[in-house]
Amino acid sequence: MKWFTQTLKDIRQYPSAVIGLAIILVMVGMAIYTIIAIPYSEAIRLWRGGEDIWGDNPRTVPPAWTNLFREQTQPETLVLRMGDEGVTKSTSVISENMDDVTIEYTFDYDYDGFPQSLSVFFTAQYEERLPHASMSWVTPDGRTIRLGEISVGSAETYRIDQDDRLVRRLDGVEPRIGLFADPDLETPTVVKGTYTLRVEGVVFEEESDLDARFVLYGQVHGLAGTDHRRRDLTVALLWGTPIALSFGLLAALGTTVTTMIIAAIGVWFGGVVDGLIQRITEINMVLPFLPILIMVGTFFENGRSIWVILGWVIALSIFGAGIKGYRAIFLQVKESPYIEAAQAYGASNWRLIISYLVPRIIPVLIPGLVSAIPAYVFLEASLAVLGIGDPILPTWGKLIDDARSNGALHNGQYYWVLQPAVLLMVVGLAFALLGFALDRIFNPRLREV
Amino acid sequence: MSENALAVQPDVEQPAQKSASTSNMLLKLLRYSGLKLGALLIAVVIGIYLTILIANMGGYVDRILKGQIREQVSISVGMDPEIRQLPAEQRNQIIEEYISVEEERLGLNQPFLIRSFRFLYRALTLNLGRAQFMSSDSGSRLVSNIILERLPPTLLYMATANLLLFFVSLFFALYLSRNYGSLLDKLVIALSPISAAPAWFYGIFLILLFAAVLGWLPFGGMVAAPPPQDLVGRALSIGRHLILPVTAWLVSGFFGSVYGWRTFFLIFSMEDYVELARAKGLSDREVERRYILRPTLPNIITNFALMLITLWQGAIIAETIFNWPGLGRLLFQAIGHFDTAVIVGSAVIYAYLLAFTVFFLDFIYAIVDPRVRVGSGGAH
Repeated sequence: MKWFTQTLKDIRQYPSAVIGLAIILVMVGMAIYTIIAIPYSEAIRLWRGGEDIWGDNPRTVPPAWTNLFREQTQPETLVLRMGDEGVTKSTSVISENMDDVTIEYTFDYDYDGFPQSLSVFFTAQYEERLPHASMSWVTPDGRTIRLGEISVGSAETYRIDQDDRLVRRLDGVEPRIGLFADPDLETPTVVKGTYTLRVEGVVFEEESDLDARFVLYGQVHGLAGTDHRRRDLTVALLWGTPIALSFGLLAALGTTVTTMIIAAIGVWFGGVVDGLIQRITEINMVLPFLPILIMVGTFFENGRSIWVILGWVIALSIFGAGIKGYRAIFLQVKESPYIEAAQAYGASNWRLIISYLVPRIIPVLIPGLVSAIPAYVFLEASLAVLGIGDPILPTWGKLIDDARSNGALHNGQYYWVLQPAVLLMVVGLAFALLGFALDRIFNPRLREV
Repeated sequence: MSENALAVQPDVEQPAQKSASTSNMLLKLLRYSGLKLGALLIAVVIGIYLTILIANMGGYVDRILKGQIREQVSISVGMDPEIRQLPAEQRNQIIEEYISVEEERLGLNQPFLIRSFRFLYRALTLNLGRAQFMSSDSGSRLVSNIILERLPPTLLYMATANLLLFFVSLFFALYLSRNYGSLLDKLVIALSPISAAPAWFYGIFLILLFAAVLGWLPFGGMVAAPPPQDLVGRALSIGRHLILPVTAWLVSGFFGSVYGWRTFFLIFSMEDYVELARAKGLSDREVERRYILRPTLPNIITNFALMLITLWQGAIIAETIFNWPGLGRLLFQAIGHFDTAVIVGSAVIYAYLLAFTVFFLDFIYAIVDPRVRVGSGGAH
């Protein structure tokens, strides 16, 4: 404990390390929040979900906060359901078997940009005769534009943008623009104010009813924007945090600790054991690290699971290059008098290794471990960019891969690449900064240079 | 993660007693190098065999291939109107016949264990054989041709990037070690964590900035399409395509490398004999050349040699990101096609290069560093 507080005190002398530590703590907090707020199974369900979950989101739009940097504000998505403010529904009896259902959606539109698209999702209850609905659009300047008509099955979608007749009525202008633009101006300009979408339905049965949800798909969405499958990137950005941290930490811990113990065993027992370990290290040196990981990811069943990859990373690194460094230090430590003393009073081999040799190397181990974390965080992203990321979990690397393979760089959807990349960079830098300072704290020889 | 972070330390032995006779010395040298070479070759054999096992996944890839063959043969037979009219029994017989011919062509009719040793023998004798599915752009199926075709682009990229990185960071580090504590020195230290991210990562940023936003440089590839006809135009086009990949490599490697060398030189320049040389009144240049560079030469050579080997492997991800038609991308494509011949071919050449480099480095140490002597003792 004393050692721990001393280290903390030392760290305070390095402002960069303080920044690094602060970032790491924020990230850990974010990771814990994520795991509690969106449990593992929920995250997978969301990320693998299709239109049923993400249907009300616009496709590939940047985050809402980008509006702060725009001269022309872009609309956010507006979903109006029954019971929301601005939605009224009235029913009047026309005749014995015919009821008139009128639903009005009233909303303010104060943006400079046009929406991505507009849809009305109908649901209806009926026995035999399908309810019928016709729609009209009232602009702030009082014009009324007739939209389409539709016979509503149990679930029916009217996509205003794909109504060819409406396009013709609007003189070939896309409805998403035509419905909002001022008809007197040459360049399409939004008429700001209160719009109304009126759905006039007729139901033909006693028990029959009609309901509808109006979705105005925006040009910006949420905290992080959406991808090509309308998914909210926030889910992936959040879940990338615990995955990146745990993968980096577990891989770094697994590789450094096992390597160190193997080195200690080799040095302590010497002779055949040491020779064998050296030979295995040479074999390991010949093995192509990244190609093997790619092969595992491509060929093996479950090989793309992040935990399987983690296992292979550790297995391939146990006899890695680090063993020589630890070996050199252990060789020095082995000659120390206190080891001889311990031997003299009859300490067992394992006791000597675990309680006498290993603790001496911890000052070297900890900075090495922290500095190794970014490498593994980026390794996970690297594999994802090669298309062998975990098949079900959303990770930062997979976002970059998705973005790249869907041409985000070519289409100007930079937010899609930049957000995960910046997060990766921040985590990588934080651990690198901390590791760097720890290296100097634990190895005073470096402090002079 | 750097794709080849191997730090091979020389087996530095304590100076042996000078009284050893020359012939005794030579015998020891022969024995030592024989043992060393043997150990390295065994490592190569086992390493390659493991690679073969993984590349074939202990026979699992065979089953995938067999399934693919069956599907292809069934489809092609089904398309043939003459065979389609035959009765089912006869048709199946023809399908089985075709399948066995195809399996024989790929050597799948023998058990995997036997084949794995045959693979090993062929790989070790550098008889790389034919690719199963891939072919070179010139149409050759020979693995050696496929690899040779991809070698120049990889060498061009990796050699440009790595040689630049190596020498620029080395000399810059020397400069910093002379001026240590200066503002520039502190800046490099502060920036060294930048090297935590790999080259492809900066590649994405660079593509975004220079290709997508500014439109100054191409997104990727090696030469404009269609390639310019004249030599100068083509060279210029390749040069333009080379800028971003090389910059990405440099950004990722530079600060970490400079920091490493700088610290290394500083540790050596604090030795007593350096102080003594300074006290004697030797010029800075002289001190640097004779008392700092000379003892660090083995390390510089090691790093240079290992850097040269890594050229061979190319950069799998950076090449993929930049669509660079090099060996790294070839390897990635080969894995995607289950083309084990190409994977093993690439691995075996790397293994040999590495083993021989490590072997010869020992001799180079002995030449450049008189402290290194083959001697007895030391737990090797």
